[in-house]
Amino acid sequence: MKIIESISPAHGRDSLIEVIQLTKKFDDVMAVDNISFNLRKGELFGFLGPNGAGKTTTINMLTGLSRPDSGMIRLGNHECSKKLKAAQHMIGVVPDESNLYPELSGFDNLCFCASLYGMRKNERQRRARELLETFRLKDSADRKFAGYSKGMKRKLIIAAGIIHNPPILFLDEPTTGIDVASARQIRQLIADLHSTGTTIFLTTHYIEEAERLCERIAFIVKGQIVRTDTVENLLEPVQQKKMMLISVSNSSNDLYGKLSTAFPHFEFQPISGEQIHIQSAEPISLSPLFRFIENHNAEITEARRLSPSLEDVFVRITGIEAKVLKKETEKKAGAA
Amino acid sequence: MKKWIAFWNILLKDMHAYYLKPPNISWGLIFPIAWTGMFFIKSGSGSESIQALLPGVVAMSVLFGTTSMLSVTITFEKKSRSFERLLLAPIPLELLMLAKTAGAVLFGSANAIIPIILALFLTDLSKISWIIVLPGIILIAIVSTFLGLFVAVSVSEVFEAQTFSNFFRFPMIFLCGLFFPIDALPVFLQPLSYLLPLTYGADILHGAINEKNMMPFGLDFLIITCFCAILFYISLKNINKKWIT
Repeated sequence: MKIIESISPAHGRDSLIEVIQLTKKFDDVMAVDNISFNLRKGELFGFLGPNGAGKTTTINMLTGLSRPDSGMIRLGNHECSKKLKAAQHMIGVVPDESNLYPELSGFDNLCFCASLYGMRKNERQRRARELLETFRLKDSADRKFAGYSKGMKRKLIIAAGIIHNPPILFLDEPTTGIDVASARQIRQLIADLHSTGTTIFLTTHYIEEAERLCERIAFIVKGQIVRTDTVENLLEPVQQKKMMLISVSNSSNDLYGKLSTAFPHFEFQPISGEQIHIQSAEPISLSPLFRFIENHNAEITEARRLSPSLEDVFVRITGIEAKVLKKETEKKAGAA
Repeated sequence: MKKWIAFWNILLKDMHAYYLKPPNISWGLIFPIAWTGMFFIKSGSGSESIQALLPGVVAMSVLFGTTSMLSVTITFEKKSRSFERLLLAPIPLELLMLAKTAGAVLFGSANAIIPIILALFLTDLSKISWIIVLPGIILIAIVSTFLGLFVAVSVSEVFEAQTFSNFFRFPMIFLCGLFFPIDALPVFLQPLSYLLPLTYGADILHGAINEKNMMPFGLDFLIITCFCAILFYISLKNINKKWIT
């Protein structure tokens, strides 16, 4: 895989997070390898990559839970290696696993988290009630956190992350392992937070989530950022392409080879034993293609045009199939 | 001010979540009562022996009360990742760990009250120098708590915390002059006694209760304070090294 380091322009006086040549090694494993990026104030930035790519290690270094081997992190005006505690006032962190107290109620958990930021009793109780209302957890406020469902737990962890109204929020896989309805609600909450001006650093396995929510995305693989750009810029090369997915049955083994020879201006890619992905810079004319396939005794069971997506860009840049990413996500969710 | 709001609420949360739970209250009561009953009844030689045993029983109750609770609660929070939330808060690590240990110090000090109350019914404690006993108990509670903290940051599992605590606690019952003087120990073990903080705590209590201290109170207080500082410093270093990797 070719590694391309590309930092898109978010530099400047309004950048709230600045990371320069950050490196972290665990024994012989290079977890984060010389990465650099910036986040503008109010930006929603996605960090997309498979398991073990270095997403959580990066968040841990940015939030002070881990020390970089080298490199520089600046949050607002504070350089983290020198003024970590001052920088921690500015951030809210939503980890990939629960770090709240199972024996405390939802309300008490939120009040306790608020107190860690020096909020006074009346202020923290008011804010806790407000967030329980926003996150639709008001009816479960007095229940112990241990008794919450996965979706409810995740929502309360996010509420705890923003209890002190931080200008920067780190979200580590916020929708992994929860039901569809809760995930949807959380995505909406993230979008709402973004619209209020919170700068959000989001790591995710879900390509469509990153595409829907983020303004800029960095692809991270094996500790290295292979591409950083706006969603529009990332999609641009594939948007000019025409794409189709056809499903065939009774196809011979060399159908792909024959198709490639007969239609040299199309790019054919077998997806599974029965599916072929077709890509072309020009409009795809279906009749000759179908006729050719049928003449080779194969039957077309389905054909549909595809809208170009970030998934195509991700696969092209990282060489990692989206389904591999999805499988890892499901595995992780199952483990959780 | 903001830091102290955090400090106070960490302490309150720990009291609410751990120390004031019914099983722990009963542990805090039953354990010192059992020690006290066992030693007082076994001594069987009148009220004088109760007063002689009191410093050892008090010191032991504080030691077991503090170390059992702290090493387990910290290891539990580390394991369940809730300790991470504290590390993410804008509180200096020193203050955070003082808040985490304050609950155990209070719990341990409360454990010391049980044998004293029982002894009050059985013997005359009017000659005791309370002005020395009370700070002595608090210092023993602090040093034992920091010993528990040292154990907690050295292990990763809750059961390891208990095992490792016992490695320190049980030898200290015999080596620190709790129930018999250090000079009654074999000569080769005596230097070891002076390396253990409880020796100096027990000496304070023996002096204040029975006027039988080996060293001046000032020296005992100084040495035990040094132990507190060293144990706290090493624990902070270990947290920085092992938990903020």
